Amino acid sequence: MTRPALRDAALALAGFLVLAILPLITSSSALIDFVIRCAALGLFATSLNLLVGYGGMVSFGHGLFFGMGAYSFGILMQRTGMPIPLAVLLTLCISALVALVVGAICVRLKEIYFAFVTLAFQMLVHSMIIAWVPVTGGDQGLRGGIPRPAFLGINLSDQKQLYLFSAALLVLGLLAMRHIVSSPFGYALRMVRDNATRAGFLGINVYRTRLTAFVLAGAFASLGGVIMSLFVSGAYPEFAFWTMSGEAVFIVMLGGTANFLGPLVGTGILLLLNDFVTRTAEHHGLVLGSVILLFALGLRKGLLDFVMEWLAARRTRDAATPAPVAVKGTST
Amino acid sequence: MDLNALTDCLSSSSCLVTQATSGFIIGMLLFLVAVGLTLIFGVMKIVNFSHGAFYMIGAYLAMTVFQATQSYALALLGAAVGTCLIGIVIERFFMQRIYGGNVLMQLLVCYALVLILDDLVRIVWGPEFRAMGMPPAFQVPPLFIMGGVVPPFYLFLIAAALLMAGVLGLAIAKTRIGKTIRAAAHNPAMVSVLGINTGLLFTALFALGCLLAGLAGGLAAPVRSLTPGMGFSILIESFIVTVIGGMGSIMGALVGAILIGLIRAFGALGFPLFTEALMYLCMALVLIVKPTGLFGREAA
Repeated sequence: MTRPALRDAALALAGFLVLAILPLITSSSALIDFVIRCAALGLFATSLNLLVGYGGMVSFGHGLFFGMGAYSFGILMQRTGMPIPLAVLLTLCISALVALVVGAICVRLKEIYFAFVTLAFQMLVHSMIIAWVPVTGGDQGLRGGIPRPAFLGINLSDQKQLYLFSAALLVLGLLAMRHIVSSPFGYALRMVRDNATRAGFLGINVYRTRLTAFVLAGAFASLGGVIMSLFVSGAYPEFAFWTMSGEAVFIVMLGGTANFLGPLVGTGILLLLNDFVTRTAEHHGLVLGSVILLFALGLRKGLLDFVMEWLAARRTRDAATPAPVAVKGTST
Repeated sequence: MDLNALTDCLSSSSCLVTQATSGFIIGMLLFLVAVGLTLIFGVMKIVNFSHGAFYMIGAYLAMTVFQATQSYALALLGAAVGTCLIGIVIERFFMQRIYGGNVLMQLLVCYALVLILDDLVRIVWGPEFRAMGMPPAFQVPPLFIMGGVVPPFYLFLIAAALLMAGVLGLAIAKTRIGKTIRAAAHNPAMVSVLGINTGLLFTALFALGCLLAGLAGGLAAPVRSLTPGMGFSILIESFIVTVIGGMGSIMGALVGAILIGLIRAFGALGFPLFTEALMYLCMALVLIVKPTGLFGREAA
């Protein structure tokens, strides 16, 4: 392993240890629920950032894979009762396969077309979930709970163990994605984002690079869906609804696209905001919409990007040079 | 799947006429929304993701004006003009800031506007389903055309929308403003250099799009139930229409809208569960065969 990879692994281990110790310090079940939801949405948002931040592909249908993960996992567990790790693996494969088909059509398209055609595919899946009542439960969602047979001595019916399991999936998922973006493939992806023509001339297969990113992002998003379906013990059509994608795009923008952990920060902020708004205000959409407008039109970049640039500007000001103007909305 | 129902219908003229007219009214409403979407995209290069919200506002305004005045003509006028005014405010305050911005920002601002407008409608008109009811002028016995039942309002709706399509097409092709719009779609910087106030032109075009969406809402109000989320489903379908027809093309929007309308009407007979899937399939086919859409010229 190279040194940065070792550092990432050490950081991931440290992060997991902190999460594992957390329930020993406080017994607040609200905190535990919060971390599980953070794990689900954080993986989902970080996987979207593979496309948005690193690939320059603004997908507006990423919720498809979140819903796909939740439903595939739920249905597999309800119908076959296979061990959980196998079901998770199968779910990842199914989502990757769906992503391959959708991506094969979509990734050739330019920006706004890409955004809306991915959205159209998501709405297609959403309408199929609603229509295919015998399998998916229609608009009632997948009910009756998801069976959780114990495996390797882990019993996910226990909220504490589910918490540890989610935290582990989150850390492993993030580590894997971190590894992907720092691999040669990750740099090829950035190059395709910055200048697809040049990347093509240098022998990079642009189409295949984008498609690979799309498939990987779809698989990791479904992992978020798996956690969510375990958390709510079911799957609901809202998971595949367009607002889910809208939320993910907002999370990515909220946290910032230029830092790997930006989407995770964004997830935390959005969940806190959501909880706060639903507790205090009656009109959730109105408040949330206003906050989004404020961010999008006022700050014009993610929070973590903003902080990082501010820090960088302060550091250079000490060296008596003018502050550098960072390129907006791109990852380095 | 119920292919027998479909073949039975295709072989009977009465069913054919009934389904075709219902397909046409779906198509005409879609056209009025999609044409705004396509014009705004053609010139300002943004997909107004909040366009469906204007359709919704138009429908609710029509219902309110109709209940206050009992005149459907005034209701239509109120829906179109009211939506247009709201559109101008939104364009001036929000849209202008995202022209030329990155796609992420455009999507976010529109997403926020959809959330806000849906919630505002929920506050003003309540979250439950509402119905406007058929205006008295159209409460007459249905017409029978080749054995098919056709409510007169359907004919009025189709005629009104086709009239708008004709006027719009002529205006874009023949008038000076139409020429300016076509030029701006091609190269807005050059148009602005020639002394034309493009900021004003953009606002006017956005307002026109909103007016058409509001009119569609007003026309839909008697035949659709009104809910705060009604704008989104029509937005997705209008987007499919513009993809099939080609972004920026009015003719494409018309053809695509009628195609989708007919697919919906006849698909509901043959594939009741997969009607929506048929639309997406149609879109995917067009994208694979001709990515610029049926009537799209340049690469989008």
